[in-house]
Amino acid sequence: MTNLLLSIDAGTVDWSRAQFALTAIYHWLFVPLTLGLAVIMGIAETIYYKKRTDFWKHTAQFWQRLFGVNFAMGVATGIILEFEFGTNWSNYSWFVGDIFGAPLAVEGIVAFFMESTFVAVMFFGWKKVSAGFHLASTWLTGLGATISAWWILVANAWMQYPVGCAFNPDTMRNEMTSFLEVALSPFAVEKFCHTVISSWIIGAVFVVAVSCWYLVRKRHTQLAVQSIRIAAIVGFVAALGAGATGHKSGQTVAQVQPMKLAAMEALYDGGHEIGLKVVEGIEVPYGLSMMATNTLDGYVPGINDLLDGYVKDDGTVEPSVDEKIERGKLAIQALADYRRLREEVKVNSEKFATATDSVEEILNSQLSIINSNMPYFGYGYVKDKADVVPPVWINFWAFRAMVGLGCLFIAFFGLVLVLIFDIPMVSLLVRRLLSAVGLLDERAADRTAPADAMPAWLCWAAVLMVPLAYIASESGWLVAEFGRQPWTIQDMLPTWAAVSDLSAGSVALTFFLFLILFTTMLAVEINILLKQIKKGPEGNS
Amino acid sequence: MMTNFLYRTIHFYYDGFRHMTVGRTLWAVIIVKLIIIFLVLKVFFFPNYISEHSDAGSEPDFVASELIDRAESDVLTP
Repeated sequence: MTNLLLSIDAGTVDWSRAQFALTAIYHWLFVPLTLGLAVIMGIAETIYYKKRTDFWKHTAQFWQRLFGVNFAMGVATGIILEFEFGTNWSNYSWFVGDIFGAPLAVEGIVAFFMESTFVAVMFFGWKKVSAGFHLASTWLTGLGATISAWWILVANAWMQYPVGCAFNPDTMRNEMTSFLEVALSPFAVEKFCHTVISSWIIGAVFVVAVSCWYLVRKRHTQLAVQSIRIAAIVGFVAALGAGATGHKSGQTVAQVQPMKLAAMEALYDGGHEIGLKVVEGIEVPYGLSMMATNTLDGYVPGINDLLDGYVKDDGTVEPSVDEKIERGKLAIQALADYRRLREEVKVNSEKFATATDSVEEILNSQLSIINSNMPYFGYGYVKDKADVVPPVWINFWAFRAMVGLGCLFIAFFGLVLVLIFDIPMVSLLVRRLLSAVGLLDERAADRTAPADAMPAWLCWAAVLMVPLAYIASESGWLVAEFGRQPWTIQDMLPTWAAVSDLSAGSVALTFFLFLILFTTMLAVEINILLKQIKKGPEGNS
Repeated sequence: MMTNFLYRTIHFYYDGFRHMTVGRTLWAVIIVKLIIIFLVLKVFFFPNYISEHSDAGSEPDFVASELIDRAESDVLTP
């Protein structure tokens, strides 16, 4: 037992991380489509509310049906993550205390009940409630899902940038000192905006892809064209918004997680006027300095600078990892001394009865050491400073996948907008250009009939955009979470201290169990979704 | 009035569930999923680690010994 407590198998850490990553990736297959489709179906029903035509009613009901399928598919996929906190990450689970638990509790009580109440009205209430109440229910269903996302992202943002808390050495928990500081942390706000807006891209891509498939099959062309019009606007605006919010997030990451930024860029030696790498050997001059500091010559630290310490632009000194390790060890030693003295006082209360003041003085002194070094607590577990460097190649390529695909979506939705809407001069010019290079039928070049606006190759490209959108979305999470390594809480608790002392074999077993279970469930669920798409709006009845 | 509201709400859900089409399949999937998650995975594979390894009220002592001992040891075995 002592040996188990004194060492932790690296396999346990890696399998626990892999298991959490697998379940989180699976959960994130469903959430962004819920958030994105909520916007599309809300817009479709809003148009129905204004026009009161059967066409728009059936269009709204169709996208709501697909929303419902995805919503049901995603139910309970997030609960498994909470199980893993209690089993695989027990030290983390206890250490974060109510700070993690509070947002999750609010999410469950408020947002989930809001979603489940209004989703029932949305599906059951077409003939039972007024059009206005039904429309409100549809939007409130989406709002409930978005509020859920807020609280989950607040919890995740706290892992990246722990604020609003104080460590209690008696309870061994971080206790919330300011709910607002946690809930409205700038990291949380920016992460929420970026994550939700990028989810709207997935909803838009999905709708365009399904609609394009109908166009190719020459089915439901009116629904397809009108849906593409809605989704192309949402997708274009969302793609631009994701870029803007991503830029803002990048600046916050540069401030509070500079090692993550350095890993994203494979930047080993920092400096001023640093370019943004497209790939090795190709870079945008001054791009990284601009992205990180909003100035062309801003200082951006590299991995080696962060390991060895450096002087920031404002003159303050960022300590080296060796110094942080020493401070972390001080905090852990002070914690051990504090708890040992507390225990001795409790067991031998008579012996310490006459020395209360001096005991209190010692305890306060140890508490002061803990508090002043708590921001570096996790470094006390670091033996080799290379352990604090996240996996560079994953961060580098995941970031490029996300940004590259984001640019592709801007171009894609821009092209679709120009073709599906008759924008004076612009649409005709683009159609003539595409016709000149053989990408658009000559007869279609001058047509304004919307059903002919989307050439077959673009329709099939739209279908291909669906997996690409998911790759972009998951890549963003890879950057966020791999970039945080090795920390479960940035600088405060590394993975090898946070994980439960389970056998690597048992964790590996549950990993493969999940892999088989999730793959089977995903296949079943995609089958249901594809059947509903093939049925089309006729399936509304 | 409250009874009437309650009756209308129950009837609303009853009527809705009765007329479901694809919803029936989805609910079957959800129920199977929940059974697997709560009655199989949670029970057999995901116990609360701290509750199993410490007495009620002693959780801080257990976590403290875990965290302090790991800092003092050679942390990772090859």
